[in-house]
This record gives sequence, C-alpha cells and structure tokens, in this order.
Amino acid sequence: MKHLRKSLIGLGVAFAVAGLASAIAATDAMNKPSITPKAMADALHLVMDSDRTIYTRKIVNRLVKKEKVITASEHFEDDKALVLPAQMFRFGSELVAQRAEDMPDVKFSYSLQSLWPVNKQNAPKTDAEKSGLKYVAENKGQNYYTEEKLGDTNYFTAVYADVAVAPVCVSCHNDHKDSPKRDFKIGDVMGGVVIRIPLDG
Amino acid sequence: MAANRGGSHPGLWLLWIVVTLALGVWLGYRMLSSDDKQIFMPGPMTGGHHQIGVACTVCHTDPLGGSGVMQEACVDCHGADRKKPFDSHPRTKFTDPRNADSLDNINALQCITCHVEHQPDMTAKNGVTQPADFCVHCHADIGDDRPSHRDMTFDSCNNAGCHNFHNNRALYTDFLIKHLYEPDLLETRTLPEREFAGLLEELGDYPSDRYPVQQLNADDSDAPDTAQLDSGAARDWLETAHARSGVNCSACHRATTDNETAVWTNHPDHNACAQCHNLEVERFGRGKHGMRLAAGLPPMTPAQARLPMKTDAAHQELGCSTCHPAHRFDVREAAVEACLGCHDDRHSTAYRQSPHYRLWEKEIAGTGEPGSGVSCAGCHMPRVNFDVNDWVSRIMVEHNQNATLSPNEKMIRPACLHCHGLGFTLDALADPALIDNNFQGRPSVHVDSMALAEADKKRAEEEIEGTE
Repeated sequence: MKHLRKSLIGLGVAFAVAGLASAIAATDAMNKPSITPKAMADALHLVMDSDRTIYTRKIVNRLVKKEKVITASEHFEDDKALVLPAQMFRFGSELVAQRAEDMPDVKFSYSLQSLWPVNKQNAPKTDAEKSGLKYVAENKGQNYYTEEKLGDTNYFTAVYADVAVAPVCVSCHNDHKDSPKRDFKIGDVMGGVVIRIPLDG
Repeated sequence: MAANRGGSHPGLWLLWIVVTLALGVWLGYRMLSSDDKQIFMPGPMTGGHHQIGVACTVCHTDPLGGSGVMQEACVDCHGADRKKPFDSHPRTKFTDPRNADSLDNINALQCITCHVEHQPDMTAKNGVTQPADFCVHCHADIGDDRPSHRDMTFDSCNNAGCHNFHNNRALYTDFLIKHLYEPDLLETRTLPEREFAGLLEELGDYPSDRYPVQQLNADDSDAPDTAQLDSGAARDWLETAHARSGVNCSACHRATTDNETAVWTNHPDHNACAQCHNLEVERFGRGKHGMRLAAGLPPMTPAQARLPMKTDAAHQELGCSTCHPAHRFDVREAAVEACLGCHDDRHSTAYRQSPHYRLWEKEIAGTGEPGSGVSCAGCHMPRVNFDVNDWVSRIMVEHNQNATLSPNEKMIRPACLHCHGLGFTLDALADPALIDNNFQGRPSVHVDSMALAEADKKRAEEEIEGTE
C-alpha cells in the first residue's frame, strides 16, 4: 500500500513536470522569433494577392464583364457600384493600419503603388520603392527585397509585382482619365505591392 | 543698504514662504481636485468650443496628461468625421511609414498641429492655426501633376469652392465633372424623406418590447391621476406619431429600462428622448446647441452665443423640447419658428424675404409638394443617410447643425444639390453678400473649379482618342 502511494505520488509529480515543461515549450514556441521578415512578407503577400485575385475574378470581372449586372467604380458610393479591386486592397491596408495601432506586437504596413499611378499619391516615393517597382516590372516573376530607413526606423521592405489578371484591370486603367499609361495588356505588370516590416524590435 | 533691508526683516521672508506655499497648495487643489479650473485657461477659446469652456476636463481629461490626452479628446468628439470618405486626409494616410518625411514637416497625426486652442490671435477660419501655405509641405509639386494649378498663389488652395483639407467630398475633380452642365435649378427639387418607423425592427436598440408599435387611444393613456394631464396635452399626444406608434405617456415621463421602479416626472429631459431617438440626441450633443448638455453642463442659452440672438430669448434653455415643444413635437415648427425665435443675424432675419421661404410657405399651405419647401433646417439640419451601425443606415435629420456649416462646402451634398446645380451652388456659397441676404438674387462671385474640371475632362478625352 505504501509502495503504491509512493508510485502514485511519483507519477503525479512526473505528469506535473511534463505538463509544465510542455507549457513552457509552447510558450517558447509562441514567443520565439521563428520566421524571417522575408518569409513573413511572402506569406502576407500570398494572402493579400489571393484574396484580391478572387475578388477581381469571382466578383468584379464576373458581375461586370460576364454577367453585366453591375458596374465597378472608383466612386462606388455615389455610383451605387462595386468597389474597385485596388480600392478593396487599399481599404484593407487602411483597416490593418488602424487595427495594428492597438497591437504592439503586430507591426507591418503595405501599400499598392505604381510607376504609372492613376492617383499621383500612389507613385513610388522612397528609393527602395522606386528601385523595387522598376525591378519587378523589368524582371517578371521575381520579387525585390531590401532594407531601408524611414524616419528613425529600419525596415525590411519587399516589393511584389502587381499583374493585370483580368480584362477589367486593363480596361479600367487604359480608359481612366488620370492614367499616365493607356496600353496595358493582360499579364502586364501594372504596379507593385510594397510590404514593410520594422526591424527595430 | 539693500542687503541690510533684506537681512533685517526675517519676518518678510517667512511671509513670502508661507504665501508661496499657500498659493502652491491652492493652485494644486484647483488643478487636481476642483471642478473649476478656469484660472489656468491660457486664453479665450474658439467659436467651436467656447460653450464648454468652463468644463476644462472635457478636453484635459488628465490634468497631468500630455498631447496624447488632448488627441484622445479631439478624436472622442470629432473622430467619426475624420474617416474616409468624409476625410480625404485620414490618420491612416500619415501612419504609413512612406510618409515619414512629410510628418517631419507637419505632424498631421496630431489635431493640435493645425488646431491650437486658446490662441485667438493666430486662429483663422475653421479654427486653423497653421499659416495659409500649409498644403505646400506635401503638395509643392502640384504644378507638375496639374499644369492648370501652376500659376495659382500659395494661399489659394483653401479658397471657397476649391479644396478642403478634411471634407472634400463635393469638390474633387470627378464629382465636378459628374455635375458639369447642370442648370442653376434642377428639374426635380425635393428633399429626401425621413426613415424611422419603417426601420424600427432593424434598429435593434428601439424599446419595442416595452412599447410595441400599435395605435393607442385615449383610454390607453397610462399617465397617473397625479400627473394632472390637461386636455391639450392629451389631444396633442393622440394626434401625433407617438400615440400612433404605441409610445405611451410613461415612455417619456417614466424614462428608464425598468418601469416598475421609475419615478414619474412632469418634465422629461433629452435622456428620455434618447431612448428611441438616440442618434438624434447624440448628434444634437455634437453641435453648438447641445454640446453643453453632452458635457454635463447646464443647457446652452442664446445669451451665451457669439452670434447675434434675440434679447427676449436670451435665457431660453436649449433641450429637445425647446425646438420640439411637447406634446405636439411639431417638426415644422422646429424647422423654422424655433430657429427664428432666437437667431437674429442678417442671414436669419432675411429668410422670410427669401425664395426659399416662399417655397416653404407653399409646402405648409399644401400647394407645394412634400419636401419642396426650404426651411432653416432643410439646409442647416439636412436629412442625411446616416449609419446607425456598421450594417444599417437610415435617412434622418442631422441634429448637429455645425456638421455642414464650416467650411460651407460641406452643405453642398446633403442640402444644396437636392435642388441646385453644382456650378451655381459653388458660386452662391462663395458669395458672402448673397449668403447674408439669404440668397435673394444671383451670385456675384464665380468659382473656376467647374471650368478647370471641364478642361481636365477634355484633356483626358483627347488623350484616349489619340491612343485608339
């Protein structure tokens, strides 16, 4: 009986230690930086690009070009129209920026830019943006990665090509009043997604 | 001699120390514990805030807090209007790291960068305390993007009918192009109809469990005998929407979520109205009429206003029933008579001679179709499609009359464009004399914005034709 009690106590201690160890290990796995800025940027871009492609193909292009039941417009509220794919992307980016302000551990930002922007505010501004957009336009299928300092912060900056995936992308940009380029074709690089991750903690 | 004088009067030193300590304790008490902190006010307040000047803690929520506390206070009242699409320079535009260099020039993340309070000598129109050329910090190369702007002067960006830093919704190029070639007076000229009763089920917080929507009759009145109800009140209640919608006497006179324990009051305040009309009351609290109540102060009175007011109305206290007297709650009275009962400036006193008033008279007389009359409220408290929450909106009267007032281009979309073309509207709103006489006559000012937009449209059409 005494032996059994000792065994049970020993078993209990062993379970407790094992539980504690696995809890510590889990906490470590939660907190340990185990992803590089490049891998994180690539993963973020994969989600962004997939969501936007689905919106462009299955909502905008289907309803506007194929089924012709609604228009998409930059002024979607006034025109009672669909939000443009680029706007959906920007609205998401703004919401992320807004929500991330309350999440100190989540620090990244992203934007959609172009060497031929409809809105001049979306032209590349920093040296990294200018080089990156030029690189992805000239080297189809390749991404651009660099580091840059903006204000007092160092950033890992990744630039991904933004390609015209659907007829609506091409027609909208070629016919837009403020577009500086009017000969886009499907498959052309129209701009780029710039993702920034701060490197200073 | 001087050293001797100081050394020979140790009592004076003691007195100085005691007085200094006493003053320090008194000032510390006023700063940290007293409700009255006006002694610290560094200067007169702007027209937008002077009504709540005595309530320092509305903005200075923490006496030892820094600019972060101030920013929170600004956002608490103005934050909802500082988002897209109502703000073309929202905060998110500047939190983007790529604009870090612009922030070095002008910190657009802080409201007080451009709107410093208590500085009347440097405060310009719309409470702006930046020099008139502040746009140049970010838009110095505008002449390259828009050649038409190349020769414009640095201080002309914010001219009437050109650009607003925040709300640019009626002034951006595509909007101007959409409204090119409109006549001064549109063919159809009516204001939108309000939505409320039809949406009650979707509103969620409407107390339909206590007051189900149904017609109530005289016998249904739940006023206690002690309420000494006069026949006029009973008749007014029966003839108006409250009785038609199941809103019994107790809904307002025993305003609470728990009717069993609520005490009857003969004079319900704005909190009673807010049970059903919460958005209207909330917006009322955002404007100059209601901001004192919203700040927990006694109600605003015309005597405290900076605009000219009628002397016999000087001590009228502003709550819901000031403009909507019980028990008729007549929205027509609230739309004109209530305003003119207090306001005594040139624009207000000229209203009854204006073409807008003639249309209002016709509607009241039944010879003009509903929504065709133009009351004071028609423009200053327009009917707007307001977001009740993220999923539902309803057309309601904007009870914050300041929301569309300054800059006056904010009035274009919710009010003017229901009846007028945009070109005419821009000219009229840029003409101070025409505003003063309440739009009797035609604009004597011409704004170039429509012509610039038309030129931009033609330029783009020629470019597109050239590529085809």
